Amino acid sequence: MARYEIYVTYKKGIFDPPGATAKRALDNLGYAGIEDVKIGKYIQMTGDMSEATVREMCEKLLANPVIEDFRIETVEEA
Amino acid sequence: MRFGVVIFPGSNCEQDAVHAVRHLGFEADYVWHGDTDLSGFDALVLPGGFSYGDYIRTGAVARFSPVMGEVVRFAERGGPVIGICNGFQILTEAHLLPGAMLRNSGLKFICREVPLRVEDSCCEWLDLMPGDIVHVPINHNEGNFVCDPETLVRLQDNGQIVLRYAEEDGSVTPDSAPNGALDSIAGICNERGNVFGLMPHPERVVDPVSGRTDGQHFFTAIARRVAEVAG
Repeated sequence: MARYEIYVTYKKGIFDPPGATAKRALDNLGYAGIEDVKIGKYIQMTGDMSEATVREMCEKLLANPVIEDFRIETVEEA
Repeated sequence: MRFGVVIFPGSNCEQDAVHAVRHLGFEADYVWHGDTDLSGFDALVLPGGFSYGDYIRTGAVARFSPVMGEVVRFAERGGPVIGICNGFQILTEAHLLPGAMLRNSGLKFICREVPLRVEDSCCEWLDLMPGDIVHVPINHNEGNFVCDPETLVRLQDNGQIVLRYAEEDGSVTPDSAPNGALDSIAGICNERGNVFGLMPHPERVVDPVSGRTDGQHFFTAIARRVAEVAG
């Protein structure tokens, strides 16, 4: 059984409305020095598949290459 | 002239679309997302709604519905496909149209009538002139159209931008898009002009009972063009 953790984030230059709103709210709370906040997705996946297959799943469905990048961390090898 | 209106789990504007088309005197039937036979249909409508609960991304799961393979083949044969709201989102996920949708810049779900300017485009499915202003309701949370700069230039150069959010006087400013859409884009078509996606809901302003009939042009144009192509 393999365990993967997948991070889906916006590509550089893509405006992230929820992230921008979170930054504004944090600014309003008085936290100084925040340059940028980006909100992405975190996906946990377990099963009998290779990292190459998980990569394919990300390219096909879990991330949209037009606006998103993804990173796969293998927590437990198959 | 027979329209097929595709129903995905979570679609909720299919009845409006069927009503609009029938109101204009054309035939319309529902197509279930699991169907793979589109024979007998002259045009396809991907309606609005929240297909598959908008999970992962809007339109991301619907794009892999069994019917979508046939929708792609229908479009490749030059058949008219119009995607409205969630239908537009599905068309971008299916790569039948470029770009993607982000959350509205103000983070609010927007439901109201907006003025739209008809652009000089290669879209075959409009009985409207460039510069015309139509009023059509929008009803979405993810209509903030985005694409990379090269794609935007291609859309502009090819005349693929069909509709822009406008001011009442027809001018388009950087603030005209209520959702933050790039270049105030409300609707685009593919290079060939037969696949058209738009965030506004023309099917809701067809029957005069809704107070406006600005949406009629969108469906009559499809019927006109289908008749032309059929010779």
